[in-house]
Amino acid sequence: MSELSVKHLLGIKYITKEDIELIFKTADHFKEVINRPIKKVPSLRDITIANLFFENSTRTKLSFELAEKRLSADVINFSAAASSVKKGETLIDTVNNILSMKVDMVVMRHPNPGAGVFLSKHINASIVNAGDGAHEHPTQALLDSFSIRERLGEVAGKNVVIVGDILHSRVALSNIYALKLQGANVKVCGPKTLMPKYIESLGVEVELDLRKALQWCDVANMLRVQNERMDISYFPSTREYTQQYGVNKALLESLDKEIVIMHPGPINRGVEITSDVADSGQAIILDQVENGVAVRMAIIYLLASKIKQ
Amino acid sequence: MSQKVLLNATEVHIILNRLACQLIENHEDFSDTVLIGIQPRGIFLAERIKKLLTDTYKIENVKLGYLDITFFRDDFRRSEKILAANKTQIDFVVENKKVVFIDDVLYTGRSINAALTAIQSFGRPEEVELLCLIDRRFSRHLPIQPDYRGRQVDAINEEKVKVSWVENEGEDTVYVINT
Repeated sequence: MSELSVKHLLGIKYITKEDIELIFKTADHFKEVINRPIKKVPSLRDITIANLFFENSTRTKLSFELAEKRLSADVINFSAAASSVKKGETLIDTVNNILSMKVDMVVMRHPNPGAGVFLSKHINASIVNAGDGAHEHPTQALLDSFSIRERLGEVAGKNVVIVGDILHSRVALSNIYALKLQGANVKVCGPKTLMPKYIESLGVEVELDLRKALQWCDVANMLRVQNERMDISYFPSTREYTQQYGVNKALLESLDKEIVIMHPGPINRGVEITSDVADSGQAIILDQVENGVAVRMAIIYLLASKIKQ
Repeated sequence: MSQKVLLNATEVHIILNRLACQLIENHEDFSDTVLIGIQPRGIFLAERIKKLLTDTYKIENVKLGYLDITFFRDDFRRSEKILAANKTQIDFVVENKKVVFIDDVLYTGRSINAALTAIQSFGRPEEVELLCLIDRRFSRHLPIQPDYRGRQVDAINEEKVKVSWVENEGEDTVYVINT
């Protein structure tokens, strides 16, 4: 197979295992490209992409922009803070105005879950979801799986635990979909208050004890506590959270095996993960960032190949 | 669909030897020369040429790389066929080197045009030459000609020239296929 089954990347829920394999195979080639002395290819020289960020982002926005530029696409950037959204313009109006400028693809981050799906029903351009509220963040999940595959050879059969604020995390949901699709075993670990009620229905196990979870896993994906999405207090104090669910060097050394540590960033050093762990050889956090560009190049390239002239 | 043999195994081997000798005439000990096989099908020819240079003509340290041109092609989104990439493997710098592109069939010249752009990602070669086994005359879209050619063929556009290699198809033969 050399074509994606979808026109948009709205979430992992909407794609197939074959799509993931194709994205990874293509990303392997782009990873080689971005390690060349000249890191650019001309494939998308006649494609224009709009990056619409209705919510703050640093690395995702930079990663997408770099991926687009390395494919030679023309890029326009938009952030809600400095736009007419503040003046009361609707999402469809904003996007249609941008599309009138002959834009072929939209990369969108939005605080509302389902914003990408909603938009896909109203516009013709291809849409890549760069995070929609607490719903999905498909490119992060794909780069996470790509990084596991790179480090451990394959994702199938591996034990992966996602630790932290599962309730508010779009990274967790997309990762669960992606990992299950590829045949990995998934557990989630965190305070009971940060665990969605029916999480088991996704085929994952809940483990409240961090040590047991780490002892079981090959890979631990550490998530940030999303204070900005918390309207109430979900745990007594940050200190108590760190004591229960923070990973430190002593804890890792007490395990029978060496596990791989991942983090989607931004890291709260000393909260979910200590500096000596984040900077150790076990952590592949910076590999994830590098792979992010290659994976996003692959996704944009494959979606763009479906835009007919 | 009918097909006829254009070159049999013996003819292919004679031509490969001649091409290797022509390369030696121009590049002597290959210290400033690198061979680049164009993916996907040029790599078989490139490996054969390298093997001849190394085993038969005892030239040491012949450098060979593979170049994939998928992301540099000019027909992205213009062809019904989805373009799938292959591996690029160039473990040396091409800066100030004499580069010899190697491909099995030269047809429109668009692949070589893409390769000329793609190779720039690895440095600025001193010069670039082109070696091909089959040169399809009168079918060029661009002003690109080979420096070393195995056999020149006048095939019409409806015909396809297919090069089979022992490594992937079990025989060294060149066919003209009427589609």
